[in-house]
Amino acid sequence: MKRPSHPALVLPNLPRRRFLQGLAAGGVLAGLAPLLKPARAQAAAAAASGYAPELRGTEFDLTIAESRVNFTGAPCIATTVNGSLPAPTLRWREGDTVTIRVTNRLREDTSIHWHGMILPSQMDGVPGISFKGIAPGETFTYRFKVAQSGTYWYHSHSGMQEQTGLFGAIIIDPAAGAARRAERDYVVQLSDWTDEDPMRIFAKLKAQSDYYNFNQPTAGNFFRDVSQDGLTAAMAKRRMWNQMRMNPTDLADISAYTYTYLTNGTTPAGNWTGLFKPGERVRLRFINGSAMTFFDVRIPGLKMTVVQNDGVDVEPVTVDEMRIGVAETYDVIVEPQDEVYTIFAQSMDRSGYARGTLAVREGMTAGVPALDAPEPLSMGDMMGAMGGGMAAMPHGGDGAMAMDHGAHAMGATTVRVRHATTEYGPSVDMRVDTPRANLDDPGVGLRNNGRRVLTYADLRTVGGALDPRPAEREIELHLTGNMERYTWSLDGLEFGKSTPVHFRHGERLRVILHNDTMMTHPMHLHGMWSELENAKGEFQARKHTISVQPAQRISFLVTADAPGRWAWHCHLLYHMDAGMFRQVVVA
Amino acid sequence: MKLRAFTPKITDKPSHLPALGAAVLLSLSVAPSWAQDAEAEAHAGHGASAKTMEEMNHGAVSHDAMSMEMDMNMDDMSTMDRNGEMAPGMTHEGAALEKKDDMTDRGAMSMQGGAAPLDARDPHAYSGGHDFGPFPLRLADRHNFGALLVDRLEAVRADDDDFVAYDLQARYGRDYDRLVLKAEGDVSDGALEEGSTQLLWGHAVAPFWDTQLGLRYDTGEAPDQGWLAFGIQGLAPYWFEVDAAAYVGAAGRGAVSVEAEYELLLTQNLILQPHVEMTAYAKDDGERGLGSGLSDVVLGLRLRYEIRREFAPYIGMEWVGTYGGSADYARAAGKNTDEMRVVAGLRFWF
Repeated sequence: MKRPSHPALVLPNLPRRRFLQGLAAGGVLAGLAPLLKPARAQAAAAAASGYAPELRGTEFDLTIAESRVNFTGAPCIATTVNGSLPAPTLRWREGDTVTIRVTNRLREDTSIHWHGMILPSQMDGVPGISFKGIAPGETFTYRFKVAQSGTYWYHSHSGMQEQTGLFGAIIIDPAAGAARRAERDYVVQLSDWTDEDPMRIFAKLKAQSDYYNFNQPTAGNFFRDVSQDGLTAAMAKRRMWNQMRMNPTDLADISAYTYTYLTNGTTPAGNWTGLFKPGERVRLRFINGSAMTFFDVRIPGLKMTVVQNDGVDVEPVTVDEMRIGVAETYDVIVEPQDEVYTIFAQSMDRSGYARGTLAVREGMTAGVPALDAPEPLSMGDMMGAMGGGMAAMPHGGDGAMAMDHGAHAMGATTVRVRHATTEYGPSVDMRVDTPRANLDDPGVGLRNNGRRVLTYADLRTVGGALDPRPAEREIELHLTGNMERYTWSLDGLEFGKSTPVHFRHGERLRVILHNDTMMTHPMHLHGMWSELENAKGEFQARKHTISVQPAQRISFLVTADAPGRWAWHCHLLYHMDAGMFRQVVVA
Repeated sequence: MKLRAFTPKITDKPSHLPALGAAVLLSLSVAPSWAQDAEAEAHAGHGASAKTMEEMNHGAVSHDAMSMEMDMNMDDMSTMDRNGEMAPGMTHEGAALEKKDDMTDRGAMSMQGGAAPLDARDPHAYSGGHDFGPFPLRLADRHNFGALLVDRLEAVRADDDDFVAYDLQARYGRDYDRLVLKAEGDVSDGALEEGSTQLLWGHAVAPFWDTQLGLRYDTGEAPDQGWLAFGIQGLAPYWFEVDAAAYVGAAGRGAVSVEAEYELLLTQNLILQPHVEMTAYAKDDGERGLGSGLSDVVLGLRLRYEIRREFAPYIGMEWVGTYGGSADYARAAGKNTDEMRVVAGLRFWF
């Protein structure tokens, strides 16, 4: 990628349109942001944004409708709940039975899925699986007992409404009364907004899957490598990627070229701000409500103590930075001493960022860091343990030796990988035979960046697994796709060609997810917890969404105690809709 | 399948009338083996030689052959494997054994395409006989997507002729089966000099390759003619876009065209596109000034600037050479057998 040589240009490679808008928005791009008042007026529109209203109690009325918004200078239509983007924060209490009446004022079907909630399948809100959806003009009443506590979220499970704004936070206070761990408590919901019609984006990706990638290897990169490392090394670095028609800069399907990244529905220029008094403990409930974007979150000058993940308390771990996968939640505690800090959430492909501020009063800003340089995928991301983190694949006998060492370092599994018969056709552009199973890799772009970055190996659910039984049975699914065709599937089969996955009611099951692609997929199983285990089979963390890195093979245990039909899919919206989706039948 | 070759409009030369059989043989062997060669080279280190379709399907089963994506229908293959009707050497393990001394290549080669080994998993094994239940769920894998790419709409300055050339491709359908429309031609002084339009069924046969089967219809100054078209289009290793086709027409006419291009990113928006195409005919066609055998070769180089991905003006040069009977026609018409052209145009899609 051509990095801008001008350090003041904090948003590199912006399209001209956004660039001009950025200037019009108050010179943020010229690095003048600290001098200016938050331009919240920029987001002024029919939809309220910034602070989602908080609704408490046991009875809720939510109306889904279209609202006018303007995040980029171009007026657009968003899908909102009660006219708010994000949707109102729902505050529940563990043990209560909640009743939520959802009215559809759209011209198309809608739905709400309560992400991570353990509830009866007909309340899960997935059209086509748990119910038939909510037709225009119709009101659907959800009613279920809240059997858990923590930070969760809700979103539409219909069409592309999640992309157009239908997402909101759920905070569930523990039945025992919140042992309040912090004086301040903020939801920080990250999302990706586009002015484009999501189906238009989809059609573009089908036509040219690297449409939004402006970080592609160029001839200039090649000649720079030649001058630095010599021709042989420069060729070797590229050989396997080009031979396989794989792009090492394929870090995100959709970038800031079209996305504006939002914090609680507020643009970076709008600068969402959470207030505190020095010395207070501040709980930040990070929710990644975006359609397609992994965020790497940090607050320069502050350590973050992660206390909860996916609604479940974890043993506190203090980090500088964390990657939050789409649909994951992380609660962190920070203890700010100075007056102002920037919450900086850069997209995984480093094309842009969401931003907010923690300050002692409104209107303050701290410096916004420059985006990190995007880091290309490694050989380990392509080949797993066999890739061994080597910059390039050596050829011949020495290479085999080197690979053996690499394999041990990467936590190679000794299993012989069995791919599905349907992974040998046009739907699968690569398969990984030597996966890596280690959980202590923060992922591409965060390796060895000098900061203490959270990994899944750091997550330890308080109290251990819910079910002490070992697995009685194993199910293996491979995450597959064809980037050139922009198709996404499991075991090489898109949803339309698949058959349901049957969990026997009551059984304890090991699910193995094996990533045969070079993208990270946040896999979300509805209705039941996914109890992540490490490569040795030891319980690690209870989650509702597990990000599986390229060429990684992970496993989790499930107790199939929730009869009915459930969705199971990649939570990258376009991957899900492309067919990286299964129905699970518990019976 | 560029027909843009400068076609002298003279009609007095008799054709050589080579056998139709030769034309078909030529077309069958040239088109697919082009892509196979590229694959073979990609899996370097095994001394794979170019293979004809025949060799690929029935010949010795080397590891290289196994990893060729082109020659196998994956579903059929895996079925055969499960039924054990295939020689043991066909399995992944068998192939791997031959090459276990070269782990690197084995790794690369077994990661893409190929045939399912005997013990590959059944992706439906977990269903327990359950169906999808009462509610239909239709995701985008059941949607039709469409796109129109006008790859070239350009003004061409040739030695003694200025004209406008177009080359477009439209597609509509799903991921693995779609309708493909290809059209190209030359327009001079408001009249279509020669144009060719194809309507094809594109069917994915391998991760990076589609077969294309359908009809081609030529119009223009010469009498119209129709062809049956069989082609293969896709992405060869090292990112070469390949489009190869064989055509069978009436009265023993046959043609083969092979086209390849590459996109060299000078920057994220400035793209240099080398392009090569070759056309051969089975039979003389005096009306179009085409001789049998290799007829023309076009080498192009276009530099485009993507103002948006979908909208890119370009400039370029093109060298066109005529060979064999076609060259004779050209000479007889007082034309050069090769020429350099300058082009300027627009590439756009939506």
